[in-house]
Amino acid sequence: MKFGVVRFPGSCDEVDAQLAASRVGEAVLLWHGDRDLHGVDAVIVPGGFSYGDYLRAGAIARFSPVMASVIEFAGEGGPVLGICNGFQVLCEAGLLPGALLPNMGLRFVSRQVDVEVADADTPFTRACEPGQRLSIPVKHMTGRYHPPAEGARVVLRYAPGHNPNGSEQDIAGVANERGNVFGLMPHPEHAVDALTGSTDGLALFESPAVAVAA
Amino acid sequence: MKAQILVRPKEGILDPQGQAVERALPALGFEGVSHVRVGRLIELEVEDPSQIPAMCEKLLTNPLIEDYDVIYERDGAAA
Repeated sequence: MKFGVVRFPGSCDEVDAQLAASRVGEAVLLWHGDRDLHGVDAVIVPGGFSYGDYLRAGAIARFSPVMASVIEFAGEGGPVLGICNGFQVLCEAGLLPGALLPNMGLRFVSRQVDVEVADADTPFTRACEPGQRLSIPVKHMTGRYHPPAEGARVVLRYAPGHNPNGSEQDIAGVANERGNVFGLMPHPEHAVDALTGSTDGLALFESPAVAVAA
Repeated sequence: MKAQILVRPKEGILDPQGQAVERALPALGFEGVSHVRVGRLIELEVEDPSQIPAMCEKLLTNPLIEDYDVIYERDGAAA
């Protein structure tokens, strides 16, 4: 299992994502200006402030050369995971439905939250049980999810009382219809070591490996 | 040609920034203000203004959550 983690100018969680993925398989960084995905089996679009989040979070990053290849890879069914800013990028790129709006409280939130697995039938949640509760940190300013009128395939919801940003229907993560593209606001890559309080995030990195092995 | 593009949250999208401004105004003695929406202004110069709607749909706005109006200016005057 080989993961590729995209590095944009302004990314800041790509190394944590690479370290988390390397607990499960090989993990390499993919440069935003390079169209070559170097034969990876799964792509991670990490957190941060790509291109300074100018205009709207993720709006500029979606036009970078690497994203053209990621869009193609996703179209062929390749697993793509977007975390936080990566989720925003995937929404802007049209790979995921909906959009992320500024938090209801107008503040940057940084805290541990509980989320529940609403859909354990995607390449990124296969190692979870339906309804399983995961403790994962969030840290964002623009995380209020707004689904399109036709709805979205909800994969993760904030547990009751844990919605940190006013997301509609407590949505924390969604997938495309096919299920191979998944985005979430919480940071599973920061929850892979007991030293930082939780290892619940690891399941999301283990899941694609299960899918490849199966 | 110069143009100004006014971008605002779409009708029905909760705008907490607008709500915060609306709550702040009475505290300063400005009564009777409602429906405050906070958006942004993009100014640009463009050779072919017919491209502006496509620019707005593809990059300058997110049509799912934002509406926009374009004000075209010719020789400094709004057209």
